[in-house]
Order: sequence, then C-alpha cells, then structure tokens
Amino acid sequence: MKKLIIALVTLLPALAFASGGGANLMHAPIDPTDKASLQNGAKLFMNYCFGCHDTRYQRYNRVAKDLGIPKELMMENLIFTGVKVGNLMYNSVEDAQAGKWFGQAPPDLTLVARYKGTDWVYTYLKSFYADPERPFGVNNILFKDVGMPHVLQDLQGVPTLVETTDEHGHVTRSTVTDSSGEMSDDEFDIAVRDITNFLNYAGEPSKLERQSTGKMVIGFLFILFILTIFLKKEYWRDVH
Amino acid sequence: MSSAPENNGRRRFLTLATAVVGGVGAVGVAVPFIKSWNPSEKAKAAGAPVEYDVSKMAPGQLVRVKWRGKPVYVVRRTKEVLADLENGHNDQLKDPDCSVPQQPDYAKNSYRSLNPEFLVALGVCTHLGCAPTYRAGDFNEVVEGVKNGFFCPCHGSKFDMAGRVFQNVPAPTNLVIPPHMFNGDSMLLIGVDKGDA
Amino acid sequence: MLTNLVNWIDKRIPMTDAWNKHVAQYPAPVNFNFWYFFGSLAMLVLVNQILTGIWLTMNYTPSGEEAFASVEYIMRDVEYGWLLRYMHSSGASAFFVVVYLHMLRGMMYGSYQKPRELLWLFGMFIFLVLMAEGFMGYLLPWGNMSFWGAQVIISLFGAIPVIGDDLTLWIRGDYVISGATLNRFFALHVIALPLVLVILVFLHIVALHEVGSNNPEGIEIKKKKGSIPEEEKAQFKFHKQYTDKYDIVDAVPFHPYYSVKDIMGVVGFLIIFCYVIFFAPEGGGYFLEKPNFEPANALKTPEHIAPVWYFGPFYTILRIIPDKLIGAGAMFGAIVMLFLLPWFDRGTVKSVRYRSTLHKINLIQFCICFFALGVLGTMAASPTANLIGTIASIGYFGYFIALWFYSKNEKTKPLPERIAH
Repeated sequence: MKKLIIALVTLLPALAFASGGGANLMHAPIDPTDKASLQNGAKLFMNYCFGCHDTRYQRYNRVAKDLGIPKELMMENLIFTGVKVGNLMYNSVEDAQAGKWFGQAPPDLTLVARYKGTDWVYTYLKSFYADPERPFGVNNILFKDVGMPHVLQDLQGVPTLVETTDEHGHVTRSTVTDSSGEMSDDEFDIAVRDITNFLNYAGEPSKLERQSTGKMVIGFLFILFILTIFLKKEYWRDVH
Repeated sequence: MSSAPENNGRRRFLTLATAVVGGVGAVGVAVPFIKSWNPSEKAKAAGAPVEYDVSKMAPGQLVRVKWRGKPVYVVRRTKEVLADLENGHNDQLKDPDCSVPQQPDYAKNSYRSLNPEFLVALGVCTHLGCAPTYRAGDFNEVVEGVKNGFFCPCHGSKFDMAGRVFQNVPAPTNLVIPPHMFNGDSMLLIGVDKGDA
Repeated sequence: MLTNLVNWIDKRIPMTDAWNKHVAQYPAPVNFNFWYFFGSLAMLVLVNQILTGIWLTMNYTPSGEEAFASVEYIMRDVEYGWLLRYMHSSGASAFFVVVYLHMLRGMMYGSYQKPRELLWLFGMFIFLVLMAEGFMGYLLPWGNMSFWGAQVIISLFGAIPVIGDDLTLWIRGDYVISGATLNRFFALHVIALPLVLVILVFLHIVALHEVGSNNPEGIEIKKKKGSIPEEEKAQFKFHKQYTDKYDIVDAVPFHPYYSVKDIMGVVGFLIIFCYVIFFAPEGGGYFLEKPNFEPANALKTPEHIAPVWYFGPFYTILRIIPDKLIGAGAMFGAIVMLFLLPWFDRGTVKSVRYRSTLHKINLIQFCICFFALGVLGTMAASPTANLIGTIASIGYFGYFIALWFYSKNEKTKPLPERIAH
C-alpha cells in the first residue's frame, strides 16, 4: 500500500498547479509589516477610493491601532464623514444614490484583496488607460469596460494603451503615461503598492497575529509530540 | 509481558511530563473560547465614552445621558443645594463620607463629583436596579428638612443630591459615580477620566 | 475518598465496568498501523467542530441581511473570533481528509466484510450526514459561492420527475435561495444533523466493540474458546465479556497501549492541522473559496462554480453526464455503491495483503479514479476534463462491479493463523 501513498503524493502538485492560471498579473510587492506603507496606503485609500467605496466591515479605531496612527490624527485626517472613531467605515454615499450615478453601487472593498488577490488589485490600479468611447473616458486592461473613472489620474498622469506583438503574434497590452501627473512612474508604483498593502491588511486584519500565534502553537506541539513519541515507545516495550 | 520494574520510574516520569505539557496545551486551547466572551469591538464602540455639553443646562435641571445602555443623571446643582450638602443632613445618611468605593477617588467628597456644580451619577438604584425619581423642591415630603433628592419608586430608597443614600431604606450603598471629566469648561465626558486620557 | 466516590457511583451505574469493557480491558489487535489513526482523529475533529460550532453560533446571525457581515464581525470584532472560525472551516476539510482515509483503510483491510457489515453501514451513514453537514454549513457564511453552490445542488432535486420543481421550491422555501433557506439550513446544521451524527458515532463504536476491531492482516484475534493453550494467549487482563466467550490472541488492552499511541497520532495530526489554521486557512482556495469573500449576490454568478474539494468526486460524476436526471442518479448511485460494498465483495479473505493481484490493481485504480474525480470536480469543465472524468467514473463504478465478479472465486494467498509481531 506504500505505492498507493506515493502515487497520491505525486499527484498532489498537479492539483495545486491546476488552481493557477488567469490573466497576466503583475506581482504586488507588498509588505504587511511595513507600517509606513500601510499608513500611506490608508491615507491614499481614504482620499481617492473611500468617496465611493466603503470598507464597511472594519472600524476606524482598529485601523488606527493596527497601523499605529494616533487616534487624533485618524479623526482629523482620515475620517471625513464626521463619525465616531469606533464606527464601521461606511462612506457618506448611499448605495442607492451611487447606483444611479455609476449604474451599480460601487462594491465594498474590505475583502477585495481576499477574493481578487493582491496581485489583481495592484495590476488593476495600474491598468487604466484613456478611452474616449467610455462614459468616464477611461478603460482598463484587466477589467474591460470598467464602470468607474481613473481616480488616480491626478497622480499618474494620463495613461495610454500600448499594444506590442511578438514574433509569435502574441499581443501584450500595457500602458504608458504622459508626464502630467503629480508623481513619477516610480512614485506612482509605490502609491499603488501602498494602497494594495492597505487593502491586503483590511481583508484580514488579524493575519500578523495569526502567524505569530501559529509559530508558538506549532513549536509547543513539537515539544508535546516528542514527549508522546517517547511515552508511546515506553509503553510498547511491553509488547515488542 | 508486564512492565519490567526498572522501567517504572521512566514510565512515571514520561506520563507525568506528557500530562503536564498536555495540560498546558488544554489551557491554551481554552483561551480563545474564554476570551471570545469579552465585549467585542462593537460592544466597546457602543460603550465608548459619551459627550454632553452642560453649558445649556439651567440651574437645578436634570438630564439623562445614556452610557453603556444605562441612564446617567447629570444635574446642575444650585448654590442652595450645594450648601445643604456640606453638612445639612449628614446625620441622616448611611455613608456620608463615601467610605464605600462607589465613586472614583476624585469624587470622594461631600459633593461626590469633580466639579461641585455638576452631579454625574448612574441613575440605577443600588438596591435592585430601578431608576430613582428626581424630586426637585418636594423631596421634604419623604425626608423632612431636605428639599431636593432622589426617591426610588420601587422600594422607597432615598438619596440626596450627591447620590448618598439615607438611613432606614433598602438600598445598601450610595449611587455609583461613573468616571467622568470635563473637556474645556462645558464639555462633559462620561466613561473616561484624566487617568485614561 | 476517590475510591469511595467511585464505589458510590459503581453501585448506581456500571462506570468502572464500562471503562474496563471498552477501554482498559478492551482487546485490540497488536498490529494496528498508520492507517488506524484516522478513527480517533475523526473523533477529535468531531469534538473540534462541535465546540467551535457552538462558539460560532454565539455571534453568527442567520439572516440574509446580516449573515455575511456577522461572519466578518466574528473575524474582526470578536476576540479570537478569527481563530474559532478558522478552526471550524479548516476542521470541515480535515474531517473529510480523515474520513476518506478512514474509509480507504476499511477498503484495504476488508473491515466492511462479515461480521462488520453493520459497522460499515453506520460509518456510511455518518459519511452521508457529514456531507449534508458540509453542504448546509457551506451556505451559512452567505458568500457568493455559498449561494451559488447551494443553488446548483438544490436544483439537482429538480431532476426528479413530476415532483422535482415543487420539491426544490419546498427545500428553498422561496423562489430563489433566500434568508428562509439560510435559516432552515442553519437549524439543521447546528442542531438536527449534529445530534444525528453523535448518535451514529455512538452506534458505530457500539458496533465496533461488539464485533471487535479488524486489523491489517484481516484475521480475527478472537479464537474459539479452548482452542489456544494458555501460554499462547495474549498475556494481558481482558474483560470477562471477551475472555468468557473466546481465547484472545495477539491483542493488547486499548488503554494504555492504543491510548498513548492515539495521543501521539493526535499531536502529530494537530501539527499539520494547526499549520493550516495559522498559516494557510484558505487552503489555497480549496478550504475557503475566493468568491466566498464576496457577499451572496443572486444577480452575479461566480466565473466558475466549484464545490468545496470534498464534494469534487461526486460532483464530477454528476457533471460528465449530459442528462440531468441520470447525472443526479449517477451521483447518488456512487454513494449507494459504497453503502453496498459489503455485498459486492463476496470474498472471505479480508486484507489486501492476502488477496489477488487483480484485487490490488482494482483497488489502486479505484483510488486513482477517485482522486482524479476529486481534482476534476474543482476545475472548470472542458472537453479533456469531461473525457478524463468519464474514464474515472467508469473506473469508480467498475471497481464495485469487477469486485462482485472476481471475489467469488478469487485466487488468494493462504492466511496465517496468527498475527506476527
């Protein structure tokens, strides 16, 4: 029956491999332990995204605490809607109202990094390009006919679509920006990375705690495991 | 096939060691189950300190402010009431000097408050939890010679304008004074005091 | 003091006697191997599911409007809520891992054969209830995959002629999956099915202790009374219920020998289980599927609806058949086959160690097919996937049919008299 186990084990990677795939996503170089990046991401998110998108499952004070933002600073700079610091992060736009403006209510983004993935978020924010045929004047390589404006255009400048064809006829689509934005390309990449980092945090705020607890738990279990092995061996000396 | 005697010490040691370490593990497993019963962030947010601007209150007026689901009585006491609290009826009280810790240290005085002008007390009778009624001007109907006070309609407990309980009533202790502080001159914060801020 | 208390209880209920009969003086074969850990592990996971489940209900809100938010409330606002939730969600997958391995053990060593048919049947009912638990529990987070997964599975009942449409309406309690469906699934998931499950587990163990454990050699440790000389009998004290009727050979008392061994197995399992809980609770999207981090939305189907991995094999069998009724029938048939396994196998030799090469090949191909069906169930449909799925389905059903034919006159190896150890 050992053969059977070996067969099963060798098939496992195939299973893992099968779950991959999807469009060409850029890798989001995020660091969940980088507080400065998270704080900057929170600031950018509140300024550019929160006007339309809620993060309605998290609370202001938890974000302030986890990201190391003093409460007063959070109240003054990040909370625009005049709510209490313990509240859930709803914006001031009613879903029904927003539905009329955009065709559908902008989705809540608390968990976007968990269902789309951080690479998707990162790539999406970098994939807008000017398209005069669309209602908001922009389109997105990753999200075709996207129903929102390019809110970071002030920072990035106006991006235009570039299509390159390689010798196999394979088309690669990317964007280049003019220099009308407040940021250089590198600065914009960092801004997008920070927003992605913040959304990754928002998706699962207990992740760091989970991993540090996990190390202790597993370390403890190894000690217990060694003890139980000796205990089992000791008793089974009677039999063997 | 029974165990050889020379093994017994080793066996006992291993059993004990595994039981002790395993017991530590069991306690560890209990932690999340027990801690999850603490007030959640939602409950804490709902129980956060509340603010009330006292500058608009008329002398003698009582307002009820809800804090952690309970009524907090805020009264702007008149000079007459304050004078009476000094020593007017101490001989009729159970605990005139507030020796039972029903108040923060800064309210352990004959006014039982941070600012003598304002009484801030939980409107919850210390007997069985009813809300005492504020009797302004006609309290002498229940306690002779004292014009203002609180009378609990449930079982007749009586408290003076500092929330101190009178003798010969069922309530055992003075009314509870919650932590409170003033932000500036007129912004009363209930549920937090200088120590926390 | 303690002795007095024990005596006091023993005069009123047979506590010590039950302990001896089922634990301290219960004869267990001496040669249990790795595969025999999974029964006790399943018990461990059951306890984990019940405890964490009870704790989750303390903060979960079973309504269409609030269910999704209440899960996030548990994940964020409740102290250690994330841990309780991950213990429960990873526990569900762990349950099926250990149960599938436990079943494979039974198949390898013929633990379903006479006289253990009823034991196997109780086990199969446990498996069935477990699948219902998994399915109904999966709706509760009210994510988009919860919603559409339930939609697809409930629609299966629509395949039943005449009453199908009314039946699906009745199950849902609404024209779509709604808060009404969620509420009844919640009631069944947290009260009704766990109760049934616990009773079935009890019966499973009663049946086990009545007939005694099988072992990798597939030969009995209970010999005819008087057939074994005294010095050859197992030199341990066993309960008289067993020794009065049989001569016991090659056995050890369950406690302490298998209790310490199972504790070792439990801790080893916990290392892997805790690794998943603390470092990979999403299980690469298999334990917690990504679309389930979006609230249920009746207007937006996820790009590719995949059941949780443990339903994969049965889902593939359903999907490869183009006819809805036959597909649903084949899926249920696949489970019925497992129920009937004790009667498909007409052989008398239990363990695969002493059975024919043909049987070994058959069992290996069954495992490969089952595994392939599982992998395909989590992938998007494609012509290649359908072809492989069809072959694997034939292999799955073929196992049972072939077994019925060859097991009657199978060329088996001679069985040893005793377990070597």
